[in-house]
Amino acid sequence: MDDNTIVCRCEDITLKELRDLIKEGYTTLDEIKRALRLGMGPCQGNICLDIAAREICKMTDKTMEEIKMPRKRPPVLGIKMGELAGDQDEK
Amino acid sequence: MINTDILVIGGGPAGMTAAIKASESGAQVIIIERYHELGGQLIKQTHRFFGSKKEQAGIRGISIAQELTEKIENHSNIRVMTEATAEGYYEDEVVTISHENKFKKIKAKKVIIATGASENMLAFENNDLPGVYGAGAVQTLMNLYGILPGEKVIMVGAGNIGLIVSYQLLQAGVDVEAVIEAAPKIGGYLVHASKIRRAGVPIYTSHSIKKAIGENSVQGAEVVELNDNWEMKVGTEKVIEADIICLAVGLNPLSDLLIQAECEVVYTPELGGDVPIRDENLKTTKDHIFVAGDVAGIEEATAAMLEGEIAGLKAVSEIGYSNENIFEELNRLKTELNKLRSGPVGKVIKNGIEKVRRGNYVGKNRYSHLR
Repeated sequence: MDDNTIVCRCEDITLKELRDLIKEGYTTLDEIKRALRLGMGPCQGNICLDIAAREICKMTDKTMEEIKMPRKRPPVLGIKMGELAGDQDEK
Repeated sequence: MINTDILVIGGGPAGMTAAIKASESGAQVIIIERYHELGGQLIKQTHRFFGSKKEQAGIRGISIAQELTEKIENHSNIRVMTEATAEGYYEDEVVTISHENKFKKIKAKKVIIATGASENMLAFENNDLPGVYGAGAVQTLMNLYGILPGEKVIMVGAGNIGLIVSYQLLQAGVDVEAVIEAAPKIGGYLVHASKIRRAGVPIYTSHSIKKAIGENSVQGAEVVELNDNWEMKVGTEKVIEADIICLAVGLNPLSDLLIQAECEVVYTPELGGDVPIRDENLKTTKDHIFVAGDVAGIEEATAAMLEGEIAGLKAVSEIGYSNENIFEELNRLKTELNKLRSGPVGKVIKNGIEKVRRGNYVGKNRYSHLR
């Protein structure tokens, strides 16, 4: 597959960037996330994490079951700062 | 803080039937939905459903959504919150939501998570060109807003979604140039496949998309044959012209809230991804939390509606809103669900569910290292 194929659309990350990092020894999604911001855009990894996980499997001879997933923190989707700041006990 | 008996997260087929069932015994129910109306994927499903008569066979998805919405509106003890996104699940069982641009907290005695699924993406060259769509987006454009996505489409995926959306595209006057399927066999029902074959659409099994072609937008795609190991066969590439590439390559359960709540989830390919361990009443490993619909495993809307009913009924019975017929009713629903899962597709799903049954599950929680 072409190196310039986009794997994470939110953060514009290419297959080459991903593969280079795995070759360097970054073989967990958490490490890759921290190094590349993969999965940290608006979709929060819904689109790219599976693609990246499959690439790790291929390059490190793992199965999808063995992949350690990164933590899922709130908020699930983007939220405006003003919304959080305006938090009050209303019905 | 908003307090309630039952909180249903997700206003699709599973969430709607869960809310209705839970409210019938008198419990206070809140149902939250991200979109501005209830119905989930049903609101774009213009085709008739299969399955048993009792479970809405022969009726179009959009009509089912209308019927369930009316029912919910007629129950004064259901509060509907649309444009409401669940943002977090915390250890004191509080759910935070963003509702009409306000941040709110809800605490319920039982929570039914029916968040559905997201579409899978495929990695191929130029997959970021305008004109590459998910099948969900194509359905939204066509069936909800009456907008044609393009003139010529290449459909990737011959599962039910790929086949049904292909047919809907044909009905809308769009040329479907080809359906590409990586597996050696058509995944969806042959009834759907025959319909589009009769219309002259070729279905290429053991084929994949190698790259999208085009400068500023899609002008076609290079497709390639796959060998028995699903590897691309060099020299078999061919170019198909199209201005739309539509991806219908499966769905992934939206299990974020379940994982935040530390429900045990197990990676189960038969069910589409990380799905919760549950008992036969759809209760997760957390006493507070039930699941229903695609988040519990990718399946059809008819199954989702039955799961919603089971979860809704069981959840209210556990907080004291029970009736004498509950066991009969639960058994009836489970029998219906079982009948629905006969046939080859149902067999795969049943195998998957067996793997995530509470008490004797196999497989791995891919999030357990975080505890």
